[in-house]
Amino acid sequence: MKTKKTFSKIGTTFLWSLLTIITLFPIYWMVLVSTRTPVELFGKPDLSPTFFQKVHWKNFTKPFLDGIYADYLFNSIIVATSNAALVTILALMATYALSRFKLPGSESIFFWTMTNRMAPPAAFLLPLFLLFSTVFKFGDFTLFDTKIGLILLYCVFNLPFAIWLLKGIIDGIPKELDEAMIVDGANLFTIFRKLIIPLAAPGIAVTSLLSFLFAWNEYLLASTLTSVYARTIPTGLSEFVTTTGTNWGTMAAVALVSMLPALLFLFAVQKHIVAGLTFGAVKG
Amino acid sequence: MLSKNKTGWLLLSPTILILALAGLLPFIYVLYVGFFQWNPLAVDPSLQFEGFASNYRRLIFDEVFLESIWRSIKFSVVTLTIELSLGFILALSLLSSFPLKSFFRSVHTLPLVIAPIVVGSIFKLFTVQGLGPLPHILKDYFGYTLNYGLNADQAFWMIVIMDVWHWTPFVTLTLLAGLSALPQDPYESAKIDGANNFQIFTYITIPMMVPVLIVVIFIRLMDSLKIVDEVWMLTGGGPGYATRFTGIHIWKEVFEKRYYGLGSAMSILYLYITIVICWVLYSVMVARGKNED
Repeated sequence: MKTKKTFSKIGTTFLWSLLTIITLFPIYWMVLVSTRTPVELFGKPDLSPTFFQKVHWKNFTKPFLDGIYADYLFNSIIVATSNAALVTILALMATYALSRFKLPGSESIFFWTMTNRMAPPAAFLLPLFLLFSTVFKFGDFTLFDTKIGLILLYCVFNLPFAIWLLKGIIDGIPKELDEAMIVDGANLFTIFRKLIIPLAAPGIAVTSLLSFLFAWNEYLLASTLTSVYARTIPTGLSEFVTTTGTNWGTMAAVALVSMLPALLFLFAVQKHIVAGLTFGAVKG
Repeated sequence: MLSKNKTGWLLLSPTILILALAGLLPFIYVLYVGFFQWNPLAVDPSLQFEGFASNYRRLIFDEVFLESIWRSIKFSVVTLTIELSLGFILALSLLSSFPLKSFFRSVHTLPLVIAPIVVGSIFKLFTVQGLGPLPHILKDYFGYTLNYGLNADQAFWMIVIMDVWHWTPFVTLTLLAGLSALPQDPYESAKIDGANNFQIFTYITIPMMVPVLIVVIFIRLMDSLKIVDEVWMLTGGGPGYATRFTGIHIWKEVFEKRYYGLGSAMSILYLYITIVICWVLYSVMVARGKNED
């Protein structure tokens, strides 16, 4: 019996080691490519970790210091941060309303917000493009190719997600607590500031981090609805495909930089990421 | 002082406004445009009405479009099957204890947070002819030529492999969450009754996991039906039509050929198909929930 257990332990460890190699090997190769010159990448792939001896920093400095990728990076930071802030505030308000008020049809509203997330974005590309470039027009200002346009647009898939995530948390705060505060004469703002936000703080943090991540990672809508001024890092990455004679080293460097926030979050909220991505649905 | 319900609506209004403007309005607009012929690059760049539902009639006989839908469905079913079986095995293995478990699990979470477009780049760098190590390894050790730029089957399966690499962790970790939340009593009584591991798995674990499984299938199916980014980065929909999934097809028709009217009709049909699949699964979920009550 005991040998059998040891045996299965060894088997499981072996399986997971293999899996870890499969997961990390492509990423490791990308890091290698990002540190090499085009000449070094020519010919048979060299898998040894040459970045310990020599890093070709030009792959990073060329796009991010001299090139337009600095602007793309800046746009990405602005768009993702503002979107995360906006989504968190709006979702907190909406969730509170859905959770505490007996609004007629609030169930349907909740369900309707969810359908916004399920829809394939490719189906909305054309109408959004037309609305952004021709219909929503205020003088010379259109939403096309603006950061504000992207910030508002990303609410469509981030808000339903944030509401879903926060609903469970706010439902979990006892109603009696806000009722007691109302009796004491507190207004809505005080209830949020003194009760809801402190008690739901971990959930709010996870919600805003994940909203940031989704906005940061979004590609399809950004590539269609921007052209010059509001391009984000993912759209910049795709530009490498169309150009002839791709500079692989630079492409790997840009990909690596655009992966960084994801890596940081992984360490910060690893446990919550899964719960968040499953929409909290497992609970129900 | 506002009445209680008014305050509620006030709190909800910004959300409803944004979702209506960016979610509902585009839908109505695309429904409208779908009834017209519209090509802004044509001699007459205005909306032309050519009979009721002319675009839809055209689409029903459009083989490329229908094939792209069929391809998307095939892709979704294939990846779902692989990810679900693999994910279940891995989730079960994570229930036991073995050395370095938390390290392995952390690494396994990594692909989840990487942007699809970056996953596409990683795989492009890894598998492209001339640069990537994978074609070299396959050629040198197995005598197998990998060139998905030319071979349609290889391109399709390359996308499948990429999707499995990217999303199996999601399935594993969700199923793990479900498995760890299962009540322990049935297992104990089964053991007392002398059931073996296989019996415990088929008669206890699987039936109790059905709700979680349905949720996972639901989320993964919706996501893989709308796949665009990774495919665009890796193969650009080619070679030929080999990896042209519906999302990519619509994009190409609309933004390369500028068939606005036809593209709108496609969007509507695409949405319709997604909704039907979604609705069928949702009904299964609800029916299941009622049975349990």
